[in-house]
Amino acid sequence: MELISIAIRSIFVENMIFAYFLGMCSYLAVSKNVKTAVGLGMAVIFVLTMTIPINYLIYNYVLKKDALASIFGPGIDLSFLMLIVFIAVIASFVQLTEMIVEKFSPALYGALGIFLPLIAVNCSILGGALFMLGKPYTLGQATVFGLGSGIGWLLAVVALAAIREKIKYSNVPPPLRGLGITFILVGLMSFGFLSFLGFSI
Amino acid sequence: MKFLRNILDKQKPNFEKGGKLHFLHSVFDGFETFLFVPKHTTPDKGAQVRDAIDMKRLMITVVVAMVPCLLFGIWNTGHQHYLAIGETADMMAKIIYGAKVVLPIVIVSYGVGLGIEFAFAQMRGHAINEGYLVSGMLIPLILPVTIPLWQVALASAFAVIIAKEVFGGTGMNILNVAMTARAFLYFAYPTYMAGDIKVWTAGEPTVIEQKLDGYTRATALGLAAEQSSSLAAEIQNAREAYVDKKVKEAETKGEIKDPVAFNNAAYKESGKLPEVKKLQAQIPTQVTNAFESKKGGLYSLKSFVIGTIPGSIGETSFLMCLIGGVILILTGVGSWKIIVSAFGGAYLMGLLFNAIGGNAFMAMPAHYHLVMGGLAFGIVFMATDPVTAAQTEIGKWYYGFLIGALTVLIRVFNPAYPEGIMLVVLLMNVFAPLIDYYVVAANKKRRLKRLELKKAQ
Repeated sequence: MELISIAIRSIFVENMIFAYFLGMCSYLAVSKNVKTAVGLGMAVIFVLTMTIPINYLIYNYVLKKDALASIFGPGIDLSFLMLIVFIAVIASFVQLTEMIVEKFSPALYGALGIFLPLIAVNCSILGGALFMLGKPYTLGQATVFGLGSGIGWLLAVVALAAIREKIKYSNVPPPLRGLGITFILVGLMSFGFLSFLGFSI
Repeated sequence: MKFLRNILDKQKPNFEKGGKLHFLHSVFDGFETFLFVPKHTTPDKGAQVRDAIDMKRLMITVVVAMVPCLLFGIWNTGHQHYLAIGETADMMAKIIYGAKVVLPIVIVSYGVGLGIEFAFAQMRGHAINEGYLVSGMLIPLILPVTIPLWQVALASAFAVIIAKEVFGGTGMNILNVAMTARAFLYFAYPTYMAGDIKVWTAGEPTVIEQKLDGYTRATALGLAAEQSSSLAAEIQNAREAYVDKKVKEAETKGEIKDPVAFNNAAYKESGKLPEVKKLQAQIPTQVTNAFESKKGGLYSLKSFVIGTIPGSIGETSFLMCLIGGVILILTGVGSWKIIVSAFGGAYLMGLLFNAIGGNAFMAMPAHYHLVMGGLAFGIVFMATDPVTAAQTEIGKWYYGFLIGALTVLIRVFNPAYPEGIMLVVLLMNVFAPLIDYYVVAANKKRRLKRLELKKAQ
């Protein structure tokens, strides 16, 4: 029950896009058609689900104050290394994802272009890791949180991509064409996602 | 009719190219096509079939379907008012009172919305869009009667500009215009849009406030929760007693290692006790009894169906929404697939929750979900909006089903939004293009496969 609740919260309520505005750059750039959006979304899910538990373990068993007390004695606090270590983990996983995508789906690799390596600096990935620290999660819960955040990101980007394919034929006022209308659209979409605000199981 | 035609024909040259009022031609066209069937004919090339029903006629059909809801809403506004202040009044008095409250809201909504619509048509040089004929009627029907008129104006303006015109006008919007207006007000001015019965009853606020104590505050769902809470407490007591007994037994034998885990296990076990089961089984009848008996049957099943309950202006009556739905289905304007699958989805979800059991919402018999609140109105008039719904025929089934099921899910699990249908319609509007995308993709795949089979033969 706890896990379901965390999953629903991270997918809908604390959606990376609609609640925190994280990962907006690739969200807006790669949402022009559904196929590439799904590809990027899957990559984000993979990276989030893998890096959050790893970062969780590293933080709790290495970096946290007194985590190494049994080996080096008390008083060691490595948490100032947190950001660097998190980014290193994320970057290496992105590298891995990139290699996998290139190997198995060269077409997608070409379509995603620069945005695939840019997952490394996708705010939602590091954001996910940092949010995870602020909550009293266990390892399993942290993994579900990572997976849920990724699914939320995928849903958001795929929905936007489908809508953008549809409004390609709309007579949008010229000054708003392109990113302008997309921003308005994202704002309106977040109305719908608000329906899960306050959801409690 | 001849007289109107003559006036139009006389004025027409002024608005045609070269005429002195040519810059107002879209306004003129708007009025002309509103009054008479436009002289559109099929082009020389291309499609040679043209239906006489154009967008104006289509929209007017929806407005006609809403008229029962509007008339009933006007009467009900008066009815609720006199009920709240504890006076008896005849039907005429109720209608007059209701009209005095409701009609200004309708007028403001149409005035503001159509004004913006005309202005946009002028500026962008396209014909006037007829879509607002429907939205302008829908917006008042889903607002509480006590809404200040300036908020109606603000919401109409927001919805028309941000949700529709920036996307290119009627037929291009992604979100349902009326629902956007309501959601805007809901989040911008929450105290005017939700809360106790005061919001839903017209009249002098101070007078209503005074009379309410003698009357009652709780809404239907609040009442259900209140009624089941005593039973819930009883269940809790029974289970705790069982846990205590178990702990005592084990303590004397000295076999408790982890007290917390032991307690949890015992508590879990207590759910299977026959007396607890029996109490749980009573919750549904307790809830329905509460609806039937309290407040002189204000929330009985009959009142829900007829609609003599407090609520947004047009949404209270299941019956009137049903009449509207039948009109829409018979004329082919609204999709029967969406209506049927949405009601089905809500009912199935209700049954599922009944089977699980638990709090008052979950235990409430499934058919209550269909007649309560704005579900019926939302499904009939909002979900079927041909612009924002799924466009593919298979997609409509998924779209409708998800609207019904998610609405009940949110009612049950989200105490913040007792009225789930508003946001669920918006949520599914967002996902409708995605549903279509996958339905089309699946179709493509199937046909490709068929082609390959043919080739292979």
